[in-house]
Amino acid sequence: MTTDTALITVDLVDLDLPAADRATVVRALAQRLVAAGRVTDLDQFLADIEAREAQMPTGLEGGIGIPHCRSAAVTAPTLGFGRSAAGVDFGAEDGPADLVFLIAAPAGGGDEHMTVLAALARRLMRKNFKDTLRSATDPAEAADFIAKEVSA
Amino acid sequence: MKIVAVTACPTGIAHTYMAAEALEVAAEEAGHTITVETQGSAGSTPLTESQLAEADAAIFAADVEVRDKERFAHLPLVAVGVKKAISGAPGLITQAEEAAANAPARAAAPASATSGGPAAPAGAKAPAGPGVASRVRAWLMTGVSFVIPFVAAGGLLIALGFALGGYQINLPDDAPLYEEILSGSFDAGSLTAWGALAFGIGSAAFSFLVPVLAGYIAYAMADRPALVPGFVGGAIAVTTGAGFLGGLVAGFVAGGLVMWIKTWRVPRALAGIMPVVVIPLLSSAVVGLLMYVVVGRPIAAATEGLTNWLNGLSGTNAVLLGLLLGLMMCFDMGGPVNKAAYTFAVAGLTTPSPTALTIMAAVMAAGMVPPLAMALATVVRGSLFTEVERENGRAAWLLGASFISEGAIPFAAADPFRVIPSIMAGGAVTGALSMAFGTTLRAPHGGLFVVPLMGNPLGFLAAVVIGTLVATALVLALKSFGRRRSADDVAGSVGDAPTEAAPTATTTAASTTAATTAASTTASTTASTTASTTASTTAGATA
Repeated sequence: MTTDTALITVDLVDLDLPAADRATVVRALAQRLVAAGRVTDLDQFLADIEAREAQMPTGLEGGIGIPHCRSAAVTAPTLGFGRSAAGVDFGAEDGPADLVFLIAAPAGGGDEHMTVLAALARRLMRKNFKDTLRSATDPAEAADFIAKEVSA
Repeated sequence: MKIVAVTACPTGIAHTYMAAEALEVAAEEAGHTITVETQGSAGSTPLTESQLAEADAAIFAADVEVRDKERFAHLPLVAVGVKKAISGAPGLITQAEEAAANAPARAAAPASATSGGPAAPAGAKAPAGPGVASRVRAWLMTGVSFVIPFVAAGGLLIALGFALGGYQINLPDDAPLYEEILSGSFDAGSLTAWGALAFGIGSAAFSFLVPVLAGYIAYAMADRPALVPGFVGGAIAVTTGAGFLGGLVAGFVAGGLVMWIKTWRVPRALAGIMPVVVIPLLSSAVVGLLMYVVVGRPIAAATEGLTNWLNGLSGTNAVLLGLLLGLMMCFDMGGPVNKAAYTFAVAGLTTPSPTALTIMAAVMAAGMVPPLAMALATVVRGSLFTEVERENGRAAWLLGASFISEGAIPFAAADPFRVIPSIMAGGAVTGALSMAFGTTLRAPHGGLFVVPLMGNPLGFLAAVVIGTLVATALVLALKSFGRRRSADDVAGSVGDAPTEAAPTATTTAASTTAATTAASTTASTTASTTASTTASTTAGATA
């Protein structure tokens, strides 16, 4: 896997998200995706994320938020990862999320590249995956860890 | 114990796989074997015949319709929303254990999965006590959710037609549009011609409205074999002029009939062709006959009676006549009663007397009320409506403004006893006021687009606005009144997928899990205590 198409790179990690609401946090991460050339149209992408969020909040028990969508504005399956010390409300029953995974998928479905997102989703259910990300000290460490996990 | 499971979510990139992971971990911890089919965007590996045959129970964790669920017909089933598997997978495994334990001896069951042909999707669901109302509602909502795109696309095209071509695009003496296009006399430089084209396409979409409603109600009740009788019955409702109320009847009759046929014990040789040949054939014949003879004939007679009665009313107090016509216009949106009133008004235009022109105005004004009132209601109190209804509400503004009463059908079909009386009252007020204001109109269609042609257009608009407010207030009051009961539905609908049958699965799962461990509305089998009798007949049917 080349750096161009890697699910996540160090630029897509923000270990110190602003203590703010969901929209602000998602926008902050999405801007990283735009800067990395993974998202072509920020507004379109944010609208698609919101549309998915409106169907059912993406917060999960255990302090996780997984805003995600399939969008025509996305060029390759991409993950933006952020950590918020204060937590951000993603609508989970047990409170705000401190780990935010912004999952961006291109509009065309069924692509074999999508398996990387499936692998990521499965990792999200594992405690040691989350623990490692909670204790990561710098963005490169977090990005490397995720990249290694999903390609395993 | 061996378990098979399907996970699916609207986007298909996250929850599907998280649920799969959670189920796999939980099953392993409980000492079971599980195979999960992830119906997501990364492609899914279908469960094999032998995995299906050897399984003791099935779990559906899905917010969208599970694909090919007939494959699970022989298994005790636990059906929930996808998030339930993520947050409570161990509980689901326990439920699957119980479902398997409660299932009747299923020596015969694997036979159906290994017989080669498609297993007869047996699965009549005994309408069990507490769940009936929410089930009926879930069936209805499935039908309605499939209809909405047709209403929006068709209605907006028709509205576009009027905007481009004015009301002239739909005069009865015109040559059929396709003849014009085929013979090359279609005038590409004429807005009217483009308007007529948009109108023609929109009307084609509209002609599916009642068949799709009936077909997918039946589908929700009894799966794919019920699609045919549902569609056929719905099409006959169109032919006989029975309208969407006739379509509702067709859908429920078709669904119920197929549910029942599926409980028959049939020879094994026949079982394979039951879902593809026997059931569609038999049920279509029966539903078609019923729709023509039992429903169609009385409706034709009633339409004629209404028309004669209206013709005999000449000389009645004008305001009273407006009130009556308003009631009729809003009763069945395109059905026989509506059509009688509308035809009465249009027939008057051929001998234009001042009275005939006021009648036309009153009828159009009243016919605009239902979609407008529903659109307003979704804006004022969105929480009383499902997400799909709110979306439909946005299109309904334009539909109402264009005098396309059908825009309210999704609302009326989903909740007839609250919606229909409300819009009838609003329509009656509008009809009476339009007559009282002496508004006149010589165009048979067009809504707001023909306001410039009217006599006393302000009176017309005032009548429409007041009636819309009345209808909106009433429908909100009635819906709030019944709120306690429908609280479940609203909670369940949070997970609605925008485009299709998700409300079914989610709503039912949310409201019936407690009582019956496993009852998915459209699922092919149930294995709850309440349905154990059904389950045994199920096994019999596939033996």
